[in-house]
Amino acid sequence: MGRITLDKVQKKFGEVEVIPPLDLTIEDGEFVVFVGPSGCGKSTLLRLIAGLEDVTSGEIRIDGSPATNLPPAKRGLAMVFQSYALYPHMSVRKNIAFPMKMAGMDQAEQERRIAKAAEALNLTDYLDRRPGQLSGGQRQRVAIGRAIVREPAAFLFDEPLSNLDAALRVGMRMEISELHAKLQTTMVYVTHDQVEAMTMADKIVVLRAGHIEQVGSPLELYHSPRNTFVASFIGSPKMNLLTGDIARSHDATTIGIRPEHLDVVESEGTFVGRVGVSEHLGSDTFFHVHIPQMEEPMTVRAGGEVGLRHGDTIHLHPQADKIHRFDDRGLRVA
Amino acid sequence: MATEHSRSSARLMIAPAVFVLLVWMLVPLIMTLYFSFADYRPLRATFETWIGFDNYASFLTSSSFLSSIGTTLWMVGSILLITILGGVLLALLLDRPMFGQGIVRILVIAPFFVMPTVSALVWKNMFFNVDNGLFSYLFKFFGAQPFDFLSQLPLFSIVIIVAWQWLPFATLILLTAVQSLSSEQLEAAEMDGAPALSRFWHIILPHLSRAITVVILIQTIFLLSIFAEIFVTTNGAFGTRTLTYLVYQRVLESQNIGLGSAGGIIAVILANIVAIFLMRIVGKNLDN
Amino acid sequence: MARAITTQKKIMWTVLSWGIGLLIFFPIMWTFLTSFKTEAAAISDPPVWFFFDWTLENYSAVLERSNYPLALMNSIVIALGSTLLGIIIAVPAAWAMAFVPGKRTKDVLLWMLSTKMLPAVGVLYPLVLIAKYFGVMDSRILLVVILMLINLPIIVWMLYTYFREIPGEILEAARMDGANLKNEIIYVLTPMALPGIASTILLNIILAWNEAFWTIILTTVNAAPLTKFIASFSAPEGLFYAKLSAASIMAIAPILIMGWFSQKQLVRGLTFGAVK
Ligand SMILES: Nc1ncnc2c1ncn2[C@@H]1O[C@H](COP(=O)(O)OP(=O)(O)OP(=O)(O)O)[C@@H](O)[C@H]1O
Ligand SMILES: [Mg+2]
Repeated sequence: MGRITLDKVQKKFGEVEVIPPLDLTIEDGEFVVFVGPSGCGKSTLLRLIAGLEDVTSGEIRIDGSPATNLPPAKRGLAMVFQSYALYPHMSVRKNIAFPMKMAGMDQAEQERRIAKAAEALNLTDYLDRRPGQLSGGQRQRVAIGRAIVREPAAFLFDEPLSNLDAALRVGMRMEISELHAKLQTTMVYVTHDQVEAMTMADKIVVLRAGHIEQVGSPLELYHSPRNTFVASFIGSPKMNLLTGDIARSHDATTIGIRPEHLDVVESEGTFVGRVGVSEHLGSDTFFHVHIPQMEEPMTVRAGGEVGLRHGDTIHLHPQADKIHRFDDRGLRVA
Repeated sequence: MATEHSRSSARLMIAPAVFVLLVWMLVPLIMTLYFSFADYRPLRATFETWIGFDNYASFLTSSSFLSSIGTTLWMVGSILLITILGGVLLALLLDRPMFGQGIVRILVIAPFFVMPTVSALVWKNMFFNVDNGLFSYLFKFFGAQPFDFLSQLPLFSIVIIVAWQWLPFATLILLTAVQSLSSEQLEAAEMDGAPALSRFWHIILPHLSRAITVVILIQTIFLLSIFAEIFVTTNGAFGTRTLTYLVYQRVLESQNIGLGSAGGIIAVILANIVAIFLMRIVGKNLDN
Repeated sequence: MARAITTQKKIMWTVLSWGIGLLIFFPIMWTFLTSFKTEAAAISDPPVWFFFDWTLENYSAVLERSNYPLALMNSIVIALGSTLLGIIIAVPAAWAMAFVPGKRTKDVLLWMLSTKMLPAVGVLYPLVLIAKYFGVMDSRILLVVILMLINLPIIVWMLYTYFREIPGEILEAARMDGANLKNEIIYVLTPMALPGIASTILLNIILAWNEAFWTIILTTVNAAPLTKFIASFSAPEGLFYAKLSAASIMAIAPILIMGWFSQKQLVRGLTFGAVK
């Protein structure tokens, strides 16, 4: 079980309010991702849940019972840190065993769980090594192993993959997703990488300056971002935002068009511009097109091989039903 | 990074250390302060609790105070001069490429670990002694008159002993500082065509300035309270009576507690002036 | 990378450094040699260097002197005792300051260091009085406590700098893993801090062993450690160079060896981190 409820939770560091009062419910078994720009308070929120920080006001409940004043050890949560935070003086086996030892679990049960976790995480051959002798990915798995064996009510991850290289990151991302599918335990995962958020989450919580901007499934966020912040934060590459006459013609202050919703046409496109930098990924090509309606270049996704070069003129046409409209406060217009 | 719970246990954990140091600092210091305003001479069974600033007045105006200040300044000043100059040169030398660097370092650092009474006695008897000291043999070897260092040049002799003990300290710290100077910086200067001497003046010395300041401050604090070396060699005679030694004599030898306590308070004030500067530097370092 | 250095230059620096190094080390070397001479050879004119009849008689003579073993024992007890007591008080304090820093942590730390700068003569008589009042003059316990107090700031300081190098996340991980404060210290902090604690202990044994103000003033015979014992050699009972040397070598040898192992910590411990 692992239902976590935050009720008007607020956090101040001295006079600075990092988290304004905030409500949030994380359902049992859900994979929730906190995403937002650097410094927006993701880690702080996670640490409040973990009990590593005191809340200034408000209440935290885990499975319905109040946990606001419980020390971290008593909350039944497990955390995986960005730096892995393995105990450097203990072998992998002892690292994994540590939380069970602290809980006073009997030896045989400890052994059984270590073996199970090691097998699930491909660590069996490394159990007697020290963390210093492991690669980054292996260390990350040890940290996860240490969290699993406790069979916690929920897992908390704070940017667990940011110290890994790109290839490993994709691999670990899938491992964590698989783990979630298998264990069906609540996971709260902090990242500033929206791709991680989109691929892993059941529910994404977008934060800005401690505020929750929107909560929803990845596709909800993608299809109907509640405001321009979420619109430009979710989706890669970023959504193109346009203001001025073109927006007014859609009865909005701002309109947004995702790069993948712009079609390259032969002539008479809504937008006509010059091709700037283009990024060829093989499967896709992203063009940065200079158009008069936007200060920044407009990003366009085209198919794998398009015969356009730097400086060429290009005609673009947005898919009409995919245009997002926002009012003067940046809020979505239905 | 902390919760209220951990903060209160933190206070509990600091408490014993703060408490013992507070007691250690305050109780005797307040007693000294109290005695410094009293006429207290146990040998004559005199105890008058309040005589105002008489002790301070007579301590500060006595000729022994003035000469002790002079002695202290000479002693501390010349030891600082020797150790800093020697330390900079030695640090630069030890930083050069050479064979057996580790062993040379060990040789140079060794005197710092010799207990003060041992080094004082060894120097006094086996080097300075006019009849059997090595220096006497050396003088005779060159056809000169043997020279009684400790009675002819007592202050100088003590300076030599203490400088020998502290030179390793200065060297070690300055060497640490020299080694933290990036060789790229020096190479860049060399590429720019700066000759060795100007590299020293414009790059190495400014880089060392902080370390030198720290060495000066720390050594000053320790040197102000030199005791064993004087105790063993001259026992404060022949113009080697520093402020510390003077206070020691007033308190424990002539048992004029009031007067000695006034001297003690003056010593505390003087040491604090130096300490403030040191604390500033240390404090700045704590921030980053 | 640095350029290749000509061998010639390197040899020049080597000769110069070794020359100066040996010169600085010479008094210790000379004491060492003298300790193996007969008393006659020790004061022979001209001095003899290596070619004399090496003898151990001085060492056995010193060891047989009634009070040498006592002084050695006193030195050991006082140095170890004060260091251990200091560590016990300092570990929790340094832990708290390093991992739960508050607004005033820095001030507390600086204040502690400033007590180190208090001149001993400023508190001389009150201490004698207090010691007499409690009947602990010339006792080991008195010196253990006093040397602990004068070195406590350095112990706290050194431990603090070592602890600060331990990432806070690891301790938080332990907390998440269900460790209470006691277990956190026993299983995580202490093993990780052990090298730092060991160097701190080492440096403080050295400082306590060589302390030569309070040990001389507050002891007469019973608790007199080697500092005081050696000082007594200048007393009238006679100056025997060879025996003085033997006693000196025995007094400094263990510390010299420890000292050589703690050069780095020395810089850290005695400059309060102001020089790195
Ligand atoms: N102990 C602290 N004391 C004071 N301010 C803090 C403290 N910890 C965090 N903050 C501030 O709170 C804000 C949120 O920090 P937090 O670490 O939660 O950001 P984050 O979203 O995790 O950022 P990142 O993606 O860079 O990790 C930041 O502005 C930070 O400066
Ligand atoms: Mg963060």
